[in-house]
Amino acid sequence: MIRFEHVGKDYAGWTAIEDLSLTVEKGEFCVLIGPSGSGKTTTLKMINRLIEHDRGRILFEGAEIRSFAPEELRRRMGYAIQSIGLFPHWTVEENIGAVPKLLGWPRAKIRDRVTELLEMLTLDPERYRARYPRHLSGGEQQRIGVARALAANPSVLLMDEPFGALDPVTRDTLQAEMLRIQAASGTTVVLVTHDIDEAIRLASRIVILEGGRIAQSGSPREILAAPANDFVADFVGRSDRGLRLLAAERVGDRMRRGETAVGEPLTVDASLREALSLFVARNVDRLPVQDGSGALIGAIRLADLVRPPPSEAAP
Amino acid sequence: MVKNPVLLVLVVAALAAAIVLSFLSHAPNRLLSGQPVPWGVVLEGWRSLAFAPALVLLAGPFLPNGRITHGLVALAASALIAGMIWLAGDVARSMADAAAPAARTSFGGAFWILAVMAALAASDALQKLTREPALRIGLALLLAVPAVFLVADGFIDALSIMKEYANRHAVFAAAVTTHLAIIAAMLVPTLAIGLPLGLLVHRRQGLGRPIFAVLNIIQTVPSIALFGLLIAPLAALVAFAPALARLGISGIGVTPAIIALTLYSLLPIVRSTAAGLAAVPTAAIEAARGIGMTRGQIFRAVEVPLALPVLVAGLRVTVVQAVGLTAVAALIGAGGLGAIIFQGLNASAIDLVMLGVVPLVGIAVLADLALKLAGAMLKARTG
Repeated sequence: MIRFEHVGKDYAGWTAIEDLSLTVEKGEFCVLIGPSGSGKTTTLKMINRLIEHDRGRILFEGAEIRSFAPEELRRRMGYAIQSIGLFPHWTVEENIGAVPKLLGWPRAKIRDRVTELLEMLTLDPERYRARYPRHLSGGEQQRIGVARALAANPSVLLMDEPFGALDPVTRDTLQAEMLRIQAASGTTVVLVTHDIDEAIRLASRIVILEGGRIAQSGSPREILAAPANDFVADFVGRSDRGLRLLAAERVGDRMRRGETAVGEPLTVDASLREALSLFVARNVDRLPVQDGSGALIGAIRLADLVRPPPSEAAP
Repeated sequence: MVKNPVLLVLVVAALAAAIVLSFLSHAPNRLLSGQPVPWGVVLEGWRSLAFAPALVLLAGPFLPNGRITHGLVALAASALIAGMIWLAGDVARSMADAAAPAARTSFGGAFWILAVMAALAASDALQKLTREPALRIGLALLLAVPAVFLVADGFIDALSIMKEYANRHAVFAAAVTTHLAIIAAMLVPTLAIGLPLGLLVHRRQGLGRPIFAVLNIIQTVPSIALFGLLIAPLAALVAFAPALARLGISGIGVTPAIIALTLYSLLPIVRSTAAGLAAVPTAAIEAARGIGMTRGQIFRAVEVPLALPVLVAGLRVTVVQAVGLTAVAALIGAGGLGAIIFQGLNASAIDLVMLGVVPLVGIAVLADLALKLAGAMLKARTG
């Protein structure tokens, strides 16, 4: 979907991106993370030519991005930023419909798409459609920002710290919605953040950048289990690494099907970290597990968190 | 205790004017200065009822603040102005003498000051009554209806100012038209030069300092001097290219007036254009770029609409300033209401001066209200 080949970017006097090669596959949720000045935002903005790269090639769907007009390229990619940047003089509907309108969609089609997106983001279309951004909370505004980015069914969604300015509860809700939307739509996402917990929660692949180079790239589990160097180990947190590793896995991966236990059940989608928290809080070493519909399907033991159960029976 | 200090100040000023100045004056002819008509004659018998609304205004500063008080004060102020106009007309009619047709009854200082104080009291009350600009302006226009009706219906035709009007209503109408035409004509070059200049200042920050330095210097030149300064170069230009004279260009008259007004108007227009563009949220522009708007689309769909409320505020300053400056332009032969004012000053005919001044103030107030309303409506849309 997106391929960086030996890409470099210099600003007056210093090198922001050194020699970056990276392939983001279709349907991946790729999170770029790193400290300030590591080049993560530059990398993101080079994809839709908000920043032009100086060396190497960047390919989008197999074609060099410079073969597209910048505006055409951007209209094929969704773009959401931390400061949201809704147009204050446009209604929610006009904001979400901005890209479809640029692409010349018929009015009725735009309207239907807006309805669909508002419903997907759990906002009542009839209540929100005609509102202006100043009448929305921060979380609602960022939902509209995400809806605007998704409006024209982009093949790639670029997000620059989209949840960075939100309160923890709203951020948590929006992260969950983002995961659900990405799973449902299969959209390729490239997201920049400096929050390692957000990266572990959202990413199918984390790319850790340091000083304009890739320090390590891999699934959350791979990076947590085997940090490539001291920088990555520090970045993912030495003392919290085990907990973050637990956060990267689901109860469903370690449960024992058919076993029973007493008490309030965990859901199969919960992370192992949540499971650990419950074991400690309830002072038990065994918890029942239910599926999404609430049916009991098995149990998980405290020891399973350390080591997968011996007779792992794949569903 | 005092609940509304603003109204108290207005009431005290009005009372002082009523004690020191006369409500009406009477003269044997228009060029002689008049003798004050005693309050005893003005307020004779039931006529004094015209001042009844003043009682509400006297009590106003001490009434508890609230919708009812503000509404009463606004209504009383409107009624007082209408009452005073009616009263003046009635007194003037009773003093008219068939044997002395040249005799004139004029509004005195007390009338003008009381009327202005009442108008300010009404404006203050409306401001406290509602924050909605459109509603406030609508109410203000409604409150002006009785006074306008009395004047239009001939109630004060016996007064000197209306006699001056009757003598030269053709000239008056032409003066108002010329005045408005000069302002409209001034807006064309002002916007044609000012808007691009404002955009340039916004886009190239370095240019702001020199451009504003020049515009500030122009602003400090006294208007009469600037009008005078333009006469010589324009006359020379026409002498050099006589074809220009056929286009109506000359050293005196409307041409230098429009040039000078444009020069004065550039500062507020350039400043408000640049300020309006600078106030557009950078996040909105970044997002617009990120979703694939072209530079032109960003300018038209995002920057211009979001800059417009500030720009209209600058336009308001410009137009109100131009209404006054155009009066001065009469000195170099541009015509307009200033011509009537200066004619009156030369002849020491104060009512002729007022015939120019009153509509001048009216135009300025109406232009101010209209552009304020436009600005408020734009602001409501853009948030």
